Amino acid sequence: MPYQQRLVTLAGYAVLLITALIFVFLVQQSWPFVREHGSLVFFTGDRWLPVSLPPVFQIGGFLVSSGIITGVAIIIGVPFGVLAAISLAELLPPGVSVIFRSIFEVTAGIPSVVFGFLGLKIVAPAVAGLFNLPTGLTGFSAGLVLSIMILPTLVSLSEEALRAVPREYAEASYALGANRWQTIWRVIVPSARGGIGAAVFLAMGRAIGETMTVLMIAGGRLAMPTSIFDPMRPITALIASEVNNAARNSIQYHALFTAGLILFMITFAVNAIAASVIVGKKAR
Amino acid sequence: MVAVQGKDTKIMLRDVSIYYSALHVIKGVSMNFLDKEITAIIGPSGSGKSTLLRSLNRMNDHIAGMRVEGEANILGSNVYAPSVDVVALRRRVGMVFQKPNPFPKSIYDNVAYGPRLQGQKSKVELDGIVERSLTQAALWHEVKDRLHASGLALSGGQQQRLCIARALAVDPEVLLMDEPASALDPAATAKIEDLMLKLKEHLAVVVVTHNMQQAARVSDFTAFLLGGELVEFDITRKIFTAPTDKRTDDYISGRMG
Repeated sequence: MPYQQRLVTLAGYAVLLITALIFVFLVQQSWPFVREHGSLVFFTGDRWLPVSLPPVFQIGGFLVSSGIITGVAIIIGVPFGVLAAISLAELLPPGVSVIFRSIFEVTAGIPSVVFGFLGLKIVAPAVAGLFNLPTGLTGFSAGLVLSIMILPTLVSLSEEALRAVPREYAEASYALGANRWQTIWRVIVPSARGGIGAAVFLAMGRAIGETMTVLMIAGGRLAMPTSIFDPMRPITALIASEVNNAARNSIQYHALFTAGLILFMITFAVNAIAASVIVGKKAR
Repeated sequence: MVAVQGKDTKIMLRDVSIYYSALHVIKGVSMNFLDKEITAIIGPSGSGKSTLLRSLNRMNDHIAGMRVEGEANILGSNVYAPSVDVVALRRRVGMVFQKPNPFPKSIYDNVAYGPRLQGQKSKVELDGIVERSLTQAALWHEVKDRLHASGLALSGGQQQRLCIARALAVDPEVLLMDEPASALDPAATAKIEDLMLKLKEHLAVVVVTHNMQQAARVSDFTAFLLGGELVEFDITRKIFTAPTDKRTDDYISGRMG
């Protein structure tokens, strides 16, 4: 094997190794907590009293909050993202597409703390006013801002999937007397659904893992949310807000690592689904 | 050159020229295509065969800078007149492509695609159309037990017959075939050729082919195209046994192209 090839192979294995080491590290740091407090109630309960005597650790409320915020982001973001991808791939003239595409790419580069500010100043007051809520810092507001943040992922991957649909399918459709809309809706979009599905899962992975924006906008309440308009604290925000105050190697410290391990496994699963959708599509 | 005429003329081209921007691709072609006959268009690569074929159902429309001169009278109207409904034209002039291109849908949904576009929703009607079209395409017995399997799961030859069934499902009067067997093995090719002979009992078939044996085997009339010019157009037997033009003779005897 020439040395260049060996180097590239080595770099590939290094990435795998680093990922595996992160997992091992998380497991190792979680272990002291799991050994003492590990039980099903950890996942289902919503009492988080890390420094009381005895401490109580239940992350159900945080998990549900993460789910709500991600769900709102996906439900609002996906239709916009897919429609935008359709217009970029099929409808707009190439010159205009290029401009829109660069705008989406710039959006991808905006730091999430800036989105947090926009959420605080614009989205939260608007949500409070619109739905007549005591505070606009809610899971819904966070999901709304996240729906914009996941657009670049959704749009560029969906567009790629749409462009990968063989030109022959469209030709066959036109030759059967279909117009442009019928061809897009009945042939091109269904043919790209695997790739669009993968885009949705990758966007979901990004939404679940987003920290700064939800820390600033979601409201931070610890209790189990009863509505999407409640202030809430997703699991990322929980870790970010407590890890600096937790005494090193305390049980709280290890509990936060356990929360991190769970977050890691969820995003890993979501991304694995996306990857298997992509691989499955190529295998066919 | 004899002016092929008779029975029912489905397509009449008079001095048709096609340009791609400055490129003069088809140069003043005049010819007729008859109902219930197979007309083959032969010629070397780049001679404009596919361009000519695709102009008959306006599949060249999306090419930037495409321009047509002359009169292309298809099924009684000049198809390049501004008032022509392209969608309606394509329903009457069906097309089968070089590479089998079934949609990534079930066999049933592939065949039902055209009728559904026209608003056909009745399951009973669609079932009937699907069975009739697949039977006409000589595919029914091979697929009748797995109509809901993917069209992509079929062999290449079966996929091409599925594409023919899909085109037949909207009851076209003319079927355009762009090298329909060039991606297939000899056995699958033979099936497509048998099928063409059966199809011509009901409609006009126009086939572009690289394969001269194929043109000789299946077609009734043959047009030889060279550099966008119609060199010779006559009864197939005459083209292959006693061509008038030296260039035709050179091409069919393998001294050119």
